Amino acid sequence: MTNSSIDSIAVKADHLYKAFGRRPHEIVKKLKAGKSRADISSLGIAAVIDASFEVKKGEIFVVMGLSGSGKSTLIRMLNGLWDTTSGTVTIGGTDITGVSAQELREVRRKSISMVFQHFALLPHRTVIDNVAYGLEIQGMGRAERLAKAQTIIDLVGLAGWADNLPSELSGGMQQRVGLGRALAADTDVLLMDEAFSALDPLIRREMQEQLIELQAALGKTIIFITHDLNEAMFLGDRIAVMRDGRIVQIGTPEEILTDPANDYVAQFVQDVDRARVLTAASVMEPVRAVVTTSGGPRAALRVMREFQTSVAFVLNRDNSFVGVVRDSDVLKLVKSGETDLRKIIIGDAFSVGPDTPLVDLVEPSVENAQAIAVVDEKKRLIGVIPRVTLLAALGNVSTQTGSLPTIEPRSTIPLSVLDETLKETATEGSEL
Amino acid sequence: MNDFRLPLGTWAEGFVDWITNTFGFFFDILRTVFKGAFEGVDFLLVSPPFWVIMILAAALAYGTRGWKFAVGTVVGLTLILGVNQWENAMDTLALVLVASVIAIAISVPLGILAAKSSTASTIIRPILDFMQTMPAFVYLIPALILFRIGVVPGIVATIIFAMAPGVRLTELGIRGVDKEVVEAGQAFGASPWRILRQIQLPLATPTIMAGINQVIMLSLSMVVIAGMVGAGGLGAEVVGSLNRIDVGLGFEAGLSVVILAIFLDRITASLGDTQSTGMFGTLRLAMRNRKSATAAPAQPARV
Repeated sequence: MTNSSIDSIAVKADHLYKAFGRRPHEIVKKLKAGKSRADISSLGIAAVIDASFEVKKGEIFVVMGLSGSGKSTLIRMLNGLWDTTSGTVTIGGTDITGVSAQELREVRRKSISMVFQHFALLPHRTVIDNVAYGLEIQGMGRAERLAKAQTIIDLVGLAGWADNLPSELSGGMQQRVGLGRALAADTDVLLMDEAFSALDPLIRREMQEQLIELQAALGKTIIFITHDLNEAMFLGDRIAVMRDGRIVQIGTPEEILTDPANDYVAQFVQDVDRARVLTAASVMEPVRAVVTTSGGPRAALRVMREFQTSVAFVLNRDNSFVGVVRDSDVLKLVKSGETDLRKIIIGDAFSVGPDTPLVDLVEPSVENAQAIAVVDEKKRLIGVIPRVTLLAALGNVSTQTGSLPTIEPRSTIPLSVLDETLKETATEGSEL
Repeated sequence: MNDFRLPLGTWAEGFVDWITNTFGFFFDILRTVFKGAFEGVDFLLVSPPFWVIMILAAALAYGTRGWKFAVGTVVGLTLILGVNQWENAMDTLALVLVASVIAIAISVPLGILAAKSSTASTIIRPILDFMQTMPAFVYLIPALILFRIGVVPGIVATIIFAMAPGVRLTELGIRGVDKEVVEAGQAFGASPWRILRQIQLPLATPTIMAGINQVIMLSLSMVVIAGMVGAGGLGAEVVGSLNRIDVGLGFEAGLSVVILAIFLDRITASLGDTQSTGMFGTLRLAMRNRKSATAAPAQPARV
């Protein structure tokens, strides 16, 4: 490992075990020897079994699992609220397992804060005092911490509520206070334990969107616990799926969706709103019918004949995407003896970025007979999404999108016509 | 079978004898301290003219619960004055105050200890059971031996008898504080002491105040029994009326105890109630509203 890759790891969990019972270490020993969770049930409960993962700086890492899967235990080991029975947790390069209570408090003050499912606000303190709580513990003076808390209150959208008590706020607003308290502490890592689970669906969505905005603005490392797969897919850069104390899969939302590690994950993800999770990049297909603007109509026609397609994608010399040409137009152009392909390029052919979710592709796909072009930030064509592919991806026809046969818009003109045209124009065109 | 006899009583006697001999000086000090405390408080209550105390009590009543309770207090105290029990009532009040304050000073920290440590809780609980169920008269016997006749054995017996609910409800209150809120304190790196002071005690206050209320109520009921060992006050009147079968005196002294009880109960109950409607509650609210008025103008609610 290089130094830079060590630096970029914010939180590292290494073979974490947590067992409850009279002799937790014996339970862990048996688990390590290969016994299952059911085998040791007479001794106690194994809440977390052999959990290892690394969370990169600035990443939203979601731990997803149903209740009883051990996710809440896992998150409480990350900031030392609960001791690990075995294994180590490293926060920003510091091993926090087995350190003194004093050192642990220091780590919590400086490096890692937490947002709770039921908000866990101090009910007898005003909003601003709640937000400033972490700063107060850090030993910041009153005037200074209130000023800082006020900016955080504005940031999370609670301006004007600073002097209210938490009980006077709605659930969504209370959780904004909880989030504000964690943000004000200004730690690199934020733990969020089912933070939005107690909120109404509409407010939950609003909070999720706001969290993503805040994360983009502040660059915090967030470890988010949830039982809601849609939430996990929406928020997570990477997701760890937990079941019965074990992490069964870690991957990006798309990896989890398109390549589930086992039947459990597969069953879990079948109800997910695929259109919101899958992105253009994950379903796009390689482009084959490509022509350049300088190549001329005859070259275009030849390419289209070769791939038997009705559209070809036109690129500039620097490989940037210009638009598409249709076979009927090219045919007319060739017959008329024109040599400039630019005249017939349909420039407004829809192009999208690789991160566009499929839900945003449905409408353009209806309006465009042509396939949708996927371009990167330099406008270079990196793939195409024909309508059929989009439908197949949304309908979950096959999870192996990679092995799907390439489906491109079928040629609308018989091959013989193309051949004939090419032959007729051969003398004038090809010699030039 | 008839020969079988456990010498428990002898042992208890021997134990008390041993304590008397070994720690006699300690109990003498304790006796002086308690006596001094009682006499000091008693002096404050008895020496001013009755109307000064009455006005003070009415003001306190108005501050905690409002004018209705203040009027009730004046009426009640006038009744005590009317049956010629004023001085006895003040003696009793002094005894209750001293005993309660000491009982609370012992029981609340014990309750905190029991809440923090399960071991402490397991040890303390049976002792409390013992203290609460042992007939109250029984405490008077060793107390008499250790502190001689007078007001001090009364105070000591009262403390022991009244302590238990203070410990129990403090423990219950602290254990009952929302786990997540305590975790929040820990997660932000607060020390156990800070969590106790800023989270557990404030949130457990209503329950702890209920415990304190019970301590005072039990003190008052024990004070009558303490009259038997010469603690004076209303208790002595009740015991005296019992000896002479004096229904009238017994009723008058008993009613005075009831009036004192109601007064103390209502006052302590409202101190635990954060939504109190009295002047103190209104003051708290007013202070908060003033603070928010100086901050940014309130904006319409965003859901």
